[in-house]
Amino acid sequence: MEATETKMIPIYIMGKRYEVPEGLTIMKAMEYAGYQYIRGCGCRGGICGACGTIYRKPGDYKIYSALACQTAAEPDMYLTQLPFFPANHVPSNYAELEGVPEDIYKLYPELFRCVACNACSKICPMDVPVMDVIAYIKRGDIEKAAFEAFDCIQCGLCTSRCFAEAPQFHIMQLARRIYGGKLAPKAKHNAEAAQAVREGKFDAMLNQLMSMSTEEIKKEYIEREIEPETAGDDWKPKDAKWLIEEFLR
Amino acid sequence: MKKINPKKTDFIRKVKEISGQNIGLCYQCGTCSGACPNFAESDILPRQLMRRAQLGMEQDVLQSKLPWVCASCLSCTALCPRGIDIAKVMEAVRLLSLRENIDYVNPRELSEETIAKLPQIALISSFRKHTA
Amino acid sequence: MKLSYLPGCTLKTKAQDLDLSTVAAMEALDVELEELPRWNCCGTVFSFADDDLMHQIAPVRNLIRAQEQGGDKLVTVCSFCFNTLKRASLLVKENSDKLDTLNTFMDEEEDYTGNINVVHLLEVLRDEVGWDQIEGKVQNPLKDLKVAAYYGCTLHRPKEAAIEPPNKLEALNDLITALGATPVDFPDMTTCCGSYQAVANPEIVINRTREILSSAKESGAEMIAVSCPLCECNLRENQKELGELRMPIIYFTQLLALALGVDPHLHQCEKNPADARSFLESKGLLAACTAAE
Repeated sequence: MEATETKMIPIYIMGKRYEVPEGLTIMKAMEYAGYQYIRGCGCRGGICGACGTIYRKPGDYKIYSALACQTAAEPDMYLTQLPFFPANHVPSNYAELEGVPEDIYKLYPELFRCVACNACSKICPMDVPVMDVIAYIKRGDIEKAAFEAFDCIQCGLCTSRCFAEAPQFHIMQLARRIYGGKLAPKAKHNAEAAQAVREGKFDAMLNQLMSMSTEEIKKEYIEREIEPETAGDDWKPKDAKWLIEEFLR
Repeated sequence: MKKINPKKTDFIRKVKEISGQNIGLCYQCGTCSGACPNFAESDILPRQLMRRAQLGMEQDVLQSKLPWVCASCLSCTALCPRGIDIAKVMEAVRLLSLRENIDYVNPRELSEETIAKLPQIALISSFRKHTA
Repeated sequence: MKLSYLPGCTLKTKAQDLDLSTVAAMEALDVELEELPRWNCCGTVFSFADDDLMHQIAPVRNLIRAQEQGGDKLVTVCSFCFNTLKRASLLVKENSDKLDTLNTFMDEEEDYTGNINVVHLLEVLRDEVGWDQIEGKVQNPLKDLKVAAYYGCTLHRPKEAAIEPPNKLEALNDLITALGATPVDFPDMTTCCGSYQAVANPEIVINRTREILSSAKESGAEMIAVSCPLCECNLRENQKELGELRMPIIYFTQLLALALGVDPHLHQCEKNPADARSFLESKGLLAACTAAE
């Protein structure tokens, strides 16, 4: 068998040059170069926000951002990871929040120092329009803010660039939490399900599960009917007695 | 012959540069002092600040209350017979402190009641004029 | 007539009445205010520093939004938005180097060409609609109502960004007259209320409020008409301690809507112990306006 030769590319990690195989993600390239992750790496799936990375390309003044686990290393990339950025996080008692914009203003008054420079949106590896989200919060539109900030993964790169020294990712998370728990219309079926739990409609099922041996539970689990990937909305398992509709009936 | 104090001229230059105003034009008529709605809450009058700035009295100017009780209402600017935009001079003096990262207002020290009561424009304008 | 409109942050929360009454009244005058689809805070106060462009980004970004919408005019009603946007528009119009720097910095936006004219609603009423037209459309004349027209600072200073020449304080009085009310001779029309000192030095705002309300009372005014949500807040919040000086504060657009017979949106009036709604009711001015629920 003929070994295909891997093409090596130069990248600069925190200013030091390394030759790494082409085609690796930044994260794998760093591991190839000998770095061992203690921080700066989490899910390796582009969703945990631990591996925020900033880089520059030769001859280009712009700052680029990436998630190290998602982005392929490019030749002559100058990069550093920014796995953590100190940001003012204010604990709050969720139950005491009233679901009004002032909840956010009281906890993070510094958001009013925003100058609309847009550096936050430009650096966001998830393309969240951070500046617009802050603008919505400033005018009290928590719903719009929550929706626009949905993709935020709390990597903190926005905050690292903020002229106003505001912790946008914490502010956006607070907006989503206020919207989700206090402003979004409550789902009717959820309330019905909760009511069914309170009425003890699930007790028999839970008791049955609790009386089973570990082996029996394992068997149930392994033999469970799995929803096919191509299933439509009307798909139901053959044994429908565990479906919530059955309990609510 | 007495030497010119370079620190003095440097202060005057900075005020002129940031404000874009020729403070040397002031002839001490005091119209600004009469126009200022907040003079009573200050230690010195606008006219007195202008004179101290002309003389390069950096510490007197920077430590004066006047630029910090100024509400940027532009009454002084509107009436100055010498055409000096005095509000810009006040801004320059504020910025000489703010650019050293010395805040006049700390957003985090405001009471929850104040934040909840005041409209956004009050907080934003205060932070713009009073924080670094 | 259709015009681009930037309401401003406070008009979406604590000064909602100002936004709603503006839109309702202008609709009655056949002027459609089209809110910019995307806007940010204007910055509220204009930066006076010659070497500071960072604080001009927010207003200029909004001018780009207006440019994107295709018009050549941007209407504001909040006095702070008006002043900041107007002054920023003049700054970059007169300083092409500063405009270039800002355009280069905002490389994600289309270039601002410098051609948006920022106008205050009072200018639209005066220049586009006309006092006579307004008078002709009044359904509910505000008879026997004595109003102090309070401009505050930012509609009249500096002169290059003012809605009228420095010695001509007419627009607000003309409007009040066109609506059938009586403007009083009020010497403190442009006296500062203390503005953002409400945050750092609240005693300043208390003192200015006392002076302005005393002067309005002496002028025989029954209520004060304003355009600025911060003037409104300062004059309202600080009169709570001022007993006999208490006086309803109303947005001029609420008077306009009321006179035109559309909903004046007096929803937030009860925040003031001297409630404008109850006062107008006692004068019999709400009865004729079916839209004022």
